[in-house]
Formats: sequence, C-alpha cells, structure tokens
Amino acid sequence: MVTMKAEAQGKVLIIRLTGELDHYYSEQVKEFTEQQIDQHQTQHLIWNLSGLPFMDSSGLGVILGRYRQVNEMGGSVTVCGLNTQVKRLFQLSGLFKIMYVTQTEQEALDRLEESSCRTQ
Amino acid sequence: MQNAMTISFNALGENEAFSRVAVASFAAKLNPTVDDLAELKTAVSEAVTNAIIHGYDSNPAGIVYISASIEDGEIDVVIRDEGRGIRNIEEAKEPLFTTKPEMERAGMGFTIMEHFTDKLEIESSTSSGTIVRFKKRLAGKRVNCV
Repeated sequence: MVTMKAEAQGKVLIIRLTGELDHYYSEQVKEFTEQQIDQHQTQHLIWNLSGLPFMDSSGLGVILGRYRQVNEMGGSVTVCGLNTQVKRLFQLSGLFKIMYVTQTEQEALDRLEESSCRTQ
Repeated sequence: MQNAMTISFNALGENEAFSRVAVASFAAKLNPTVDDLAELKTAVSEAVTNAIIHGYDSNPAGIVYISASIEDGEIDVVIRDEGRGIRNIEEAKEPLFTTKPEMERAGMGFTIMEHFTDKLEIESSTSSGTIVRFKKRLAGKRVNCV
C-alpha cells in the first residue's frame, strides 16, 4: 500500500510517499501528482521518498512522467530520502542526469532557494 | 539439500506485492543481506509486472507461475506466463525500450533484472508465453564486522 501527501509552497510542490511503489500503485500516484501539479501550477517538484522501502521500474516511469510534465514548464525535479535499492534504480536508469538528488527535503528546498536567488 | 516451492496466481496488479514477498520469505532462510533481499524482490516484481501487463495485457484471467528453489546458498527463480510472448528478446532487453510508452513504462525491467541477479535467462515464444529464470547467490556474502 502507498500513502501520498502533498504540500505546496508557492511554485514548489512536495510529494511524500510511504509504502511500496509498484505497478499496482503507480497509476494512483500518477493521478494524484498530476492533479496536484495542475492545481498548484507547480514549477518545481520534490519527491520525498524517505518512507519508501521499495520501488520498481513502474515507480521510475511515474517519476519520469512527472519530470516531463514540469520540465515543459521550465521546472525541475528533486528526489530526496532514497534508500540503497531505490538509489540503484535511479543510477541504472540514468535519472540522476536529469534530476537533482538530496539527502533531505530541507536540502532540496534550500537548493531551490539558492538557485532562485542566483537567477534574480 | 535442495528446497523448492511453487505458487501461481491471477494476473492482477495487487498480487505483485504478494509474489515478491513470498519469494523473499522463502529466501530468508539463507540469511541474506538487506540489500540482496531488496534486489531479489525488485527482480521478482519486474518479471511479474511484465507477465501481467505485457504477457497477459492486464487480463486477470491469465495465470502467473513462480517456482523457486534453494541449493548451496543460491536461489533459482522461474517466473512463467502463458501470454502473448516477446517478439524480439534482444530489443526488449535494451534499456528504455518499451512497447507501452502510453502506460509510462520506463523500459528498464530487464536491465534491472540483469543488474540485480547473477544470471538471467529469457525464453519466449508467441505461441506459448515467456519464461524468465534468474539465479542469485544469497548466503555467505555477509561481511562480519570485528
């Protein structure tokens, strides 16, 4: 089972997932996140996966799909709180080349804050 | 001594968690590391998901068969479906290749299975379905901290 929580901070949307993200739950996560992005007009997305002990390539598909969604708006995706197994999936699929990775949600927010200061 | 088990279940997404936990529980007697067990569960999940959404096109009437055996610290897992088969195995194994981009498939299933197991074999025919077989050494890999 997967539980999903969303928190919007301006143009930044944080999605916190807990549970095991596989094919069965990936559609729910996709619909929830898509709807949250539309509702909050999200530019930057942060996935907090610290409560996710397991994920397979279905999860990668959802995260990549939402990357495409925010990337079209000139936004970015950051993932944080990855365990060893999930980190290896990201490495194998090359997603670290297009997404930011941090240890914690706060570091992800700080990074976005710093990059917006630099561009102002 | 060899120890073996078999399970079969309908091609329903909700059975994916059951199948990977069943294989992981069976493997637990080898006292694997947490990382090895996570890799085993991931490989099972990828093969079972392929059987459900590609083999059976998400038709829950299809049956997925898993057999696993343990011998000399190694687990041997066979995941079989009687679905539509894979037309071109080499193409299917290419990273990022998928026949279902509309479902947001990452096309990483076989790449992950190859990296997370020690040996992977795929047999498939469009008349009889697909058999994915992998082996993974689980025992005797623990590093004792002094």
